[in-house]
Amino acid sequence: MTVFIPRSLQEATDLIAEHPDAHLLTGGTDLMVEVNFNHRRPEKVISLGKIEELHQVTINDDHVIIGAAVPYAQMEKGELGESLPALAEAARTVGSPQIRAAGSLGGNLGTCSPAGDSLPVLSATNSLVHLTSAGGTRMVPFSEFMIGPKRNSRQPHEIITAVTVPRTCGWQGYAKVGTRNAMVISVASACVVFHDDELRIALGSVGPTIIRCTDTENWYQSLASKKSTGVSLEIGSRASQESRPIDDHRSTADYRRHAIKVLAQRLFERGMSK
Amino acid sequence: MVLTKTRQRDVLGHSALRPDGTAKVKGDFAFSSDLWAENMLWGATLRSPHPHARIVSIDLSKAWKVTGVEAIITASDVPGQLTYGLISEDQPVFAFDVVRYMGEPIAAVAADHPETCRRALAAIEITYEILPPLTDPEMSIGEQHIPIHPDGNLIREQRIVRGDITATGPIVVEGTYIIGMQDQAFLGTESALATPDHDGGGVEVYVATQWLHEDRKQMAKCLNMPEEKVRLTLGGVGGAFGAREDISLQVHTSLLALRTGRPVKMQYGREESFFGHVHRHPAKVWMKHHATAEGEIVKIEARFLFDGGAYSSTSAAVLLNGITHTQGPYRCPNAIVEGFASRTNNPPCGAMRGFGVVQACFAHEGQMDKIAEAAGISPVAVRLLNAIRTGDTLITGQILESVAPVERCIRETDALPLPPPLPTDAHELLLPGGSGLTADRRHIVRGIGYGVSIKNIMYSEGFDDYSTARCILKDGVATIKFATSEVGQGFVTLAPQIARSVLGVDEVVTETIDTQIGSAGSTSASRQTWMSGGAMDGACRMVRERLFEHVAAIHKLDPLQLAIENTDVVDTRGHLRIPVSEASSGVRFEETFEYHHRPTEDLDENGQGNCHVAFAFVAHRAVVDVDPELGLVKVVQIATAQDVGRVLNPLSVLGQIEGGIAQGLGLAVMEEIIVQDGKVRNPSFTDYLLPTALDAPTVIASMIEEPDPQAPMGAKGVGEPPCISVTPAIVAAIRNAVGKSIDRCPVRPQDICL
Repeated sequence: MTVFIPRSLQEATDLIAEHPDAHLLTGGTDLMVEVNFNHRRPEKVISLGKIEELHQVTINDDHVIIGAAVPYAQMEKGELGESLPALAEAARTVGSPQIRAAGSLGGNLGTCSPAGDSLPVLSATNSLVHLTSAGGTRMVPFSEFMIGPKRNSRQPHEIITAVTVPRTCGWQGYAKVGTRNAMVISVASACVVFHDDELRIALGSVGPTIIRCTDTENWYQSLASKKSTGVSLEIGSRASQESRPIDDHRSTADYRRHAIKVLAQRLFERGMSK
Repeated sequence: MVLTKTRQRDVLGHSALRPDGTAKVKGDFAFSSDLWAENMLWGATLRSPHPHARIVSIDLSKAWKVTGVEAIITASDVPGQLTYGLISEDQPVFAFDVVRYMGEPIAAVAADHPETCRRALAAIEITYEILPPLTDPEMSIGEQHIPIHPDGNLIREQRIVRGDITATGPIVVEGTYIIGMQDQAFLGTESALATPDHDGGGVEVYVATQWLHEDRKQMAKCLNMPEEKVRLTLGGVGGAFGAREDISLQVHTSLLALRTGRPVKMQYGREESFFGHVHRHPAKVWMKHHATAEGEIVKIEARFLFDGGAYSSTSAAVLLNGITHTQGPYRCPNAIVEGFASRTNNPPCGAMRGFGVVQACFAHEGQMDKIAEAAGISPVAVRLLNAIRTGDTLITGQILESVAPVERCIRETDALPLPPPLPTDAHELLLPGGSGLTADRRHIVRGIGYGVSIKNIMYSEGFDDYSTARCILKDGVATIKFATSEVGQGFVTLAPQIARSVLGVDEVVTETIDTQIGSAGSTSASRQTWMSGGAMDGACRMVRERLFEHVAAIHKLDPLQLAIENTDVVDTRGHLRIPVSEASSGVRFEETFEYHHRPTEDLDENGQGNCHVAFAFVAHRAVVDVDPELGLVKVVQIATAQDVGRVLNPLSVLGQIEGGIAQGLGLAVMEEIIVQDGKVRNPSFTDYLLPTALDAPTVIASMIEEPDPQAPMGAKGVGEPPCISVTPAIVAAIRNAVGKSIDRCPVRPQDICL
């Protein structure tokens, strides 16, 4: 196995142009598990952890740019956490403190599991994924980035370098169900974002990709009285109907559908009460 | 005021610290997986991906071509007996002809590097004829299914019939209870280092195990060697909980070492560990209790079905434990119980902390709450009303001779303070759902539940599981030796405490734990404090007699008037006082003592007989917060009063209580191996969930000290009881919180909210 340790983005994009079959490594919290379980035996690895640019955070008035290698621990609190509250809440649910010190958005996006904890937030905030190659950088909306379970639109010669997360005007929050009170893979998760008049809901672990509940969002948009009683219940039901869960060893489709109903309703109520 | 600083001596009754504690906390302790030898090879195991298949052919030719491979062995390379087992020798060292569970070993390789091993295993070509797996234990015992093993599909069937089986009462309650497959999930995975003798006629093995001598016996048979040629030393053990009672890699590692003439080390990874040891039996238990209008038990009918998986392991004994604990810690004059242990193509199941009693207790405690409801009395009242006492007769006809402070356990548990109500501004991490932020305070309801248990200690049914210990006293230093596996329970702390108390010495040297002394029996069944403690106490007392004789001869006294007071030999009728160090200066006393518990008997066909040695009791009260809509649970507090006989080391006892409660909590709300069509779906700590610090409750414990006259030091084993009735207590608390009948554990979110 060959491990490349580029020190600059330029060096990294040159390397991946030359070795498009290489595995990209940042915190290693996904890749090393696969290696340890013998599910993957990479021949070539490009380790991105030493690239300064990927650790940068830029907080602007209307959006935040988070480098792909910035660890979750940094998103949990401080200025970054305060500017993106839902992402901070999602970051706090990721694994253990050790995992949060190593894991990053680049990894969550690269792996693109429907259970990726940060992904519903990136979806509900209409985030943009920065994909950089030797030829330059393109920005892809999250909804076009994740195209299936563990499948994304990154090209083999591209590196995920950052994410632009728009800041929103209104409450935002995240909730995740697992059968343990900490350090657990999501059974169902949801992110709710209020932005001006708009409501956005994204669901995790209940479909092949992160699911944006556009029907529910549109229904809410069309409401004359957004604060009338029964709206939250209806939002729960509608979001649940938009989920497409399956049975697996972590839970059942029925429970996941039910959990989404409860989570969407509760998050909406939490937002309305703030 | 003059303050005299007296040094605390680490004698019995004090919280002596573990000799390996600091090293373990600092990461310096050498676990068996840290073993290394010059010129060492690595071993690895090829396992079946299928739960049931015929092995048509095994082609090793490509694997042999992998550079660095030194040995490849299969069933045809086993020089002795091809099968092994604790009770019945029905499990192949390597599968031949047929594989009967997913993960069954088929071949092993030794090579220069673990990666070479992996490549060699991948290059072994096996042609399977896949057979339909038998996964339903009901079908297995129904006799309509063809046997999946030459020994048949029924591992054991036993009934208990006592009293008037037509008796009934105005209250009749019944339930069918399901207990999921729990894993011991020790943190130190299976590992061993085997070094062959120069002449190839013997082998020395360092291994993490619960019972060195039983391992040696089984290994010698398979290796076709006399037992004395197989020498075992205990490697550093990272937890056991029953999972190291059966052998796993012992024979494989030894064979590879003998074949290559070099030291070979094997070590399972986490995933392999889930396939490398037996689990707790999943079980279906039906119970029907008949009671008086007041709630007094008149009769119990019960049926137990334990899924033993592919091989028998200790299933026969687990079944016995289950059915003989049907009544729980309650009087029951009439009973009719039938129990079955079946063979299936599911993972083999065997020993785990609680050993069959966990399953019985989950059912009988569910039943007690149903009786309470029908009688209109509280869960505490129904348990006090029926609490068993010393001298009562069990459903096996055995008289309960053990000290049985059941009533006290219940009353003291109930008297422990309840936690304050969940505050309106409770920290978000303290709500059910924890870091997932799934609930707000207003969504949460609280519940309280009780569980009480009886657990046999030591081995049963005529088995003489004796223990051996040696003590040498010389120049004021005691040197002690035993083969007692230290798996974390603390015998390495306790044994020197015994020597200090009995002999009045301070300095105690504990020799290596190995097979160079007689057997200590297994570190299981809550038995080592009683059994090896008894052996150590006996050996030290014999040495003390020799010391007294020696001192008496010099000072022309009767040895019977001498005693140990702190660190001195004193004349109880005179003024003589000599430090033990001085009295033993220049002399050497050595004694070995074998401790046997009183004999027990087999059960007859109606399940009657004095089959158990002794019993220990405990009560638990659980307080839980539940999110009924999402089905998420936070266990807030466990209160417990445990019958311990006598506290020999308070810190050790508390450690067992807290650890057992965490393990019982795991079974109550999260720990389950998911098996579908014979295949394990969650062999990792990502998906087999163990409680984290955020899941662990506050524990308040009361230790009830009523020394048992039958126990060598008055002390009962304390290892298993903490994990037994805490599970039903938590589940009862969940039922209490949400007002819903839940008859399975672990309780899954959907069991609460759907």
